[in-house]
Amino acid sequence: MSSIISVRNLHKRYRAVTAVDGVTFDVPEGICFGLLGPNGAGKTTTIEMMEGILKPSSGEIVFRDEPIGDHFKEKVGIQFQNTALPEFITVRETLELFASFYPNPRSLADIVDICSLGDIIDRDNRKLSGGQRQRLLLALAIVHRPELVFLDEPTTGLDPQARRNFWSLIERIKAERTTIILTTHYMDEAELLCDQVAIMDHGHVLELDAPHVLLDRHFRGAVIRVPDPGSRYLHDPDTLPAGAVVRDGSVELVSDRIDESIRTLLDADLNLDGLSVHKPDLEDLFLKLTGSSLRA
Amino acid sequence: MKKFVALFKARTMEFIRDRGALTWNILFPVLMVFGFAGAFSGNGDSLFTVGVVGGGETPARFADIPGVEFLHYDEGDGNSLETAVNRLRQHQIDMVIDLAREEYYLNSESSSSEILRTLFESTAGANRARTETSTGNAAASTVPEAETTFVERQIAGEPIRYVDWVVPGVIGMNMMFSCLFGVGFVLVRYRKNGVLKRLKATPVSAFTFVSAQVASRVVIVLITSTFVYVGTNAFLQFTMHGSYLLLLLLMTLAVISMIGIGLLFAGRLKSEELAGGLMNLVIFPMIVLSGVFFSLEGASDLVRQISSVLPLTHFVDGARAVMLDGAGLVQLLPNLLVLAGSSLLFLLVSAALFRWE
Repeated sequence: MSSIISVRNLHKRYRAVTAVDGVTFDVPEGICFGLLGPNGAGKTTTIEMMEGILKPSSGEIVFRDEPIGDHFKEKVGIQFQNTALPEFITVRETLELFASFYPNPRSLADIVDICSLGDIIDRDNRKLSGGQRQRLLLALAIVHRPELVFLDEPTTGLDPQARRNFWSLIERIKAERTTIILTTHYMDEAELLCDQVAIMDHGHVLELDAPHVLLDRHFRGAVIRVPDPGSRYLHDPDTLPAGAVVRDGSVELVSDRIDESIRTLLDADLNLDGLSVHKPDLEDLFLKLTGSSLRA
Repeated sequence: MKKFVALFKARTMEFIRDRGALTWNILFPVLMVFGFAGAFSGNGDSLFTVGVVGGGETPARFADIPGVEFLHYDEGDGNSLETAVNRLRQHQIDMVIDLAREEYYLNSESSSSEILRTLFESTAGANRARTETSTGNAAASTVPEAETTFVERQIAGEPIRYVDWVVPGVIGMNMMFSCLFGVGFVLVRYRKNGVLKRLKATPVSAFTFVSAQVASRVVIVLITSTFVYVGTNAFLQFTMHGSYLLLLLLMTLAVISMIGIGLLFAGRLKSEELAGGLMNLVIFPMIVLSGVFFSLEGASDLVRQISSVLPLTHFVDGARAVMLDGAGLVQLLPNLLVLAGSSLLFLLVSAALFRWE
């Protein structure tokens, strides 16, 4: 699969702070690519450099094997993390405004249908709910049939129902073979939508691959987790049962032999109140890679 | 062009649908005009003001007249006498003394002039001046006393009410608020809440975006100002001796110039509070030093020099010249040139300063 956009040794420095520190990856065409990481990991800075909004301190970004050029903005769509909409104009007028910026936009009916905006088409932008607003912002990002869409934490702050509705819109855009680059700190969202993910922390890419490949690479079996009240094992890690680690306030054991592992924990005199056993997910992977919670 | 029209339409709709802003933009100047008309009607003859041109010391026979304020006209362009006589014709002052030519002017239709004449003659001690009166053009007669070599000239003219004089200032002030806050402040808000960042991600150029904002505001300000003028004129019947077309041209250039000032602030700022503070730094001196509410004829040279570089001054002076004196294109050319030049300068500098973020 050919790459639609690639970043090479990307750096972004703000005086004493290095927000992005030597990031390199390729995004294959037609996939949903996730940039995951906690707040401050450098994912928004990375995506804004890829969008052409921020200038990198050093490094290279190529779109279809060419440096970003004059027509890049016509070929990409962007939904920023925080964007206000023009006030006192309706959803219809906003769509018409943004459609006028491009040479070959979708028809109003088409974009209204894709983003389910029919019910609110004549509503003032100021009167939209969070979910409706995000749907309109997505519509503005794809109104011109972009080849590549950047979605920067599009579901942050939405209620679970609105998030699920938004996921179905993203699935619909994916079905059109539009490449999507999505940043999120919701791991369920990334696992559901993304074909590839890059896990970032402190400006670095820690891992990059398909979610199931990453999980298979790092975990064999289930994750058994027991709370560690009083941080007993954090202060005295030598007394931990064999194979167990302390992460994020819990004793954690990854095992494909669950009964034996639980017995080991009992033998170590651990209180099993709050014990959980679950299939490893990206959040577990992030905990393993960084030792801290994704939403920290 | 399609992008420009769409942005122009969006910004204009945004303003028109913001009922509070629209209403206040119209209501504020209307209230000001009616307020001034009510507050200052009928007391224009209560003060004796004598204009002095020609330099040197005012002779004792004039200076000794009690209760008189002397205003020295010295414009340095040879037009001081004409300016002063115009003020006399409009009843804004009550007498003009030309020290160089040893002449003094009175308005034959002004009771104040008549009183001053009597006071002057009694002070001079020889009151046998014969006067030939003519309307518009001066006619001369000598005062035959040995010590009174001054020649009396009489002119005539209808009085100008304070409201006639102040209405260009009120409209100009409203234009200034609308231009600075309607463009400068709005762009800062757009930058702060991410609208500019979103537009930066589209193929819209900064030039297209900003020029659409400017065009929208020019149209809005011209329409609201015209509405205010026509609406208040229906009740107050302002003096208008000049061309409405020339007034419109003057107003258009003034609006662009003041939008340019707004854009200077909007170039990079992201804080509405800071932008508001900086704009006040321009707004208050312009209100005070542009002769909006009171004439700067008696002000110091420094104040008048500062005033002469302010766009609002050139609008207010120019509009008064058109409305009250019937000034034509030639007389208005200095004001028009200053406004056009400042518009160009402000727009070029603000274009260089402008950043989406």
